[in-house]
Amino acid sequence: MQLIIVFASGLVFGLGLIISGMSNPQNVIQFLDIASLWNPSLLLVMLGAIPVTTLGFYWIEKHHKTAFGSHLDLPGKTHIHAELIIGNIIFGAGWAIAGFCPGPALVALGAGYMKALVFVIAMILGMLLHDQSYLKVKQYFLQHTN
Amino acid sequence: MIIDIAWHQFTPVASLIGGVLIALSAISLLFFQGRILGISGILGSMMQWQSTPQGHLRWRIFFIAGILLSSWVYNIGFLMPILQIESNYSTLIFAGLLVGFGTRMGSGCTSGHAVCGISRLSIRSLIATLSFMLSGFLCAYLFFHGI
Repeated sequence: MQLIIVFASGLVFGLGLIISGMSNPQNVIQFLDIASLWNPSLLLVMLGAIPVTTLGFYWIEKHHKTAFGSHLDLPGKTHIHAELIIGNIIFGAGWAIAGFCPGPALVALGAGYMKALVFVIAMILGMLLHDQSYLKVKQYFLQHTN
Repeated sequence: MIIDIAWHQFTPVASLIGGVLIALSAISLLFFQGRILGISGILGSMMQWQSTPQGHLRWRIFFIAGILLSSWVYNIGFLMPILQIESNYSTLIFAGLLVGFGTRMGSGCTSGHAVCGISRLSIRSLIATLSFMLSGFLCAYLFFHGI
């Protein structure tokens, strides 16, 4: 039952991206490229998403538990470090030049676009490069400099 | 600088409705699974299946499957819009590597930081969102007009 709800959540997320126009990378590029004709649609997506999410999350976090009585797995809110900013600058650069962030790229992949497949494979390689190589090199240096 | 708006491509109502659907999805995932809707986190953890317990892998697979099938479900009632992917393959590979690496290093993407993080009033996600937004505006300018 729980897995069916999770599947439906993924479905609704994808439908939201399609209806909002955000699965189309051209709309994202038109938002970020303010020097050409500017398409502010992405702002409206956030305006629709953030207030509703705020209310829903506030209510759930007040109850401390999921509908099935499990605990909520929530990330911290205050741990700010250089990698948070550098990582997001790198992400923003990739997002701007192709118009894809992870969610919309998956929608486009499901819709059968060859170019989306290439992007998603590169994106997964980038993730592995960070998690498998970069983190290990970093750990090695941290261990050997102390 | 004067900003000209592309009125014929601006879809305020559809974008608002889509945004609300994204919110409902995030609320449902937190309420039923107890997890934050962050695609880079979900996908990145899936790639570490060797070290992830099976129960933690399963819900991620179901969620990603839902996203992958969304265009098919949309097609039942409506006509799926054409997605304009105008970048060439080398740009897509380069951008994909940056998005994959950057979202893992920065612990999130548009869904996790901008939608869920800001909604939780997380200062960390607000700084993350400002970082990728400003970088996005600057890099779009440099890429499409500068170099």
